[in-house]
Amino acid sequence: MSTEHISNNESFESLEVQAYQREVRRNLLLSTPALIVLFCAASGPLLIMLVFSFLTAGDYGGIKWQFSTEAWFQVAFYRDIFDETVSIANAHVSIFWRSIKLSFLTTLVAFVLGFPTAYFIATRPPETRSLWLFLVTIPFWTNLLIRTFAILEIIRNQGLVNTVLITLGVIDQPLDMLYTDIAILLGMTYVYIPLMILPIYASMERLDFRLVEAAYDLYATRWRVLARVILPLVKPGVVAGSILVFIPSLGAYVTPRILGGGKHLMIGNLIELQFGQGRNWPLGAALSLTLLVIVMGALMVYVRSAQKEGSGHGH
Amino acid sequence: MVTNSRPFSIKRMPGFSLLALACFFALYMPLAPLVFYSFNAGNNIALWEGLSLRWYVAAWENDLVQSAAIRSVVVAVIASVVATSLATMAALGTTRTRPYRGQTSIYAMVNQPLMVPEIVTAVALLILFALIKESTGYHGYAYLVSAHTAFCIPFAYLPIRARLEGMDRVLEAAAADLYATPWRTFTKVTLPLLLPGILAGAMLAFVISLDDVVITEFVKSAGQDTLPTYMLGQLRRTITPEINAISTVLLGVSVVMVAIIFFLSRKKT
Repeated sequence: MSTEHISNNESFESLEVQAYQREVRRNLLLSTPALIVLFCAASGPLLIMLVFSFLTAGDYGGIKWQFSTEAWFQVAFYRDIFDETVSIANAHVSIFWRSIKLSFLTTLVAFVLGFPTAYFIATRPPETRSLWLFLVTIPFWTNLLIRTFAILEIIRNQGLVNTVLITLGVIDQPLDMLYTDIAILLGMTYVYIPLMILPIYASMERLDFRLVEAAYDLYATRWRVLARVILPLVKPGVVAGSILVFIPSLGAYVTPRILGGGKHLMIGNLIELQFGQGRNWPLGAALSLTLLVIVMGALMVYVRSAQKEGSGHGH
Repeated sequence: MVTNSRPFSIKRMPGFSLLALACFFALYMPLAPLVFYSFNAGNNIALWEGLSLRWYVAAWENDLVQSAAIRSVVVAVIASVVATSLATMAALGTTRTRPYRGQTSIYAMVNQPLMVPEIVTAVALLILFALIKESTGYHGYAYLVSAHTAFCIPFAYLPIRARLEGMDRVLEAAAADLYATPWRTFTKVTLPLLLPGILAGAMLAFVISLDDVVITEFVKSAGQDTLPTYMLGQLRRTITPEINAISTVLLGVSVVMVAIIFFLSRKKT
């Protein structure tokens, strides 16, 4: 009786294991085609780029199959072609600095405008809430090039902003806004702000206003309620929004190209130059990977804080 | 007491509504002149000379625009159909199952195009395709289509996965109890339930492919301009309202698509 029981149990278990294995096999089979395409046209090319960053630049573009760490050296340093003296590559450093500075400012401005907007949407009655949300989603899914072009049109010397300001008598000469860092900042904020509003809204929607009420009952001022109750509760949304704005800003290519006018470069434009006029493919590959590392670093910070947040709520 | 006419509301934050409305205004205001000047009769995007559809006709009759538009649509259709099919399969393989080894890796790999900056993917593809072009001499559309398919996969995957996660297994179990074969259960139960997610995913993928600039700009061979890369090239020259006309049409397509996706995903069955 007891032996029969055990063998029954065993066969039941092995059936269970077989079913599980079948399920796993099915899952892997289903996922394989997508993974193949992604490997060929998304992850795989990154590995080839890594190889290219360790090769020698060809004389007329392309590469020579010769191992070299020169490209990585050139990311940060400049070697004089005549006397071989080494100095910091000022051009690269200033472009990286501008990219980080502008991305940071973009995130900040997007937060200052996006937070009240998310709060506004979250405090609407449920029937109109989705309409407001829809109004934020539309620009998010419309062409980035067109939205950048729209900014170009309104800040030109004869554009809407200058025309209005001159008509009102605020200024008598048009402001030269185009092809400046301010133009890039304005363009990136405009283009990426929905990415700040949407995650903050998602956190705000779950906000329990009874806590806000409790704070007011305890004589908290509006400012204290905002800083000590609301902001800590929607922090995950704020962090997610900031990362979602910061990362594409750092890798921006179209916006600085159109609004920076080829003078105010960002990392994306510097990378493109290595495949165009500059023609130093290994350097371009090394710069791309540097950008990728910075972005992955930012993502890691986000994942860490999200995990801490998650475990914090558990207790 | 008399001065405080408005009742105290715990949800009110002074200035927030004003900032929010300013933000909504700022989101839409720049698009107004863009659309407005596309109907300009004059040659200029700053000087209004009367209402006309002249630039829409000009864009329509411009061979470069026409071929770029056709190319954009063909690439977007192929890429979104292939990406959606692959994403549906991957979603079925990663959702509603007992956890297995590699599941998170698959998830990470599917979403990888969302995390890597576009310019980095673009340059990496440029390098890979340059190698292939050099060794095979093939310069066709396969490069563009495969690149678009790859970055469309996560956009198709996410709504499908979201839909699947909200689906109960009960109906499928009932079908199996009634002796439906797994394939029949899939085509008669799972697929119809999943359809809104698949449609939303396909449309997102289509919009994303149609709007792509960066990757297309780096991957295309000579004479393979899509509408966005054609426009990017034109922005370097003197801008005519033709660009506004093309932009307005593209804007319209995106708005319609997003509206459909919005209502598809809102309708809960």
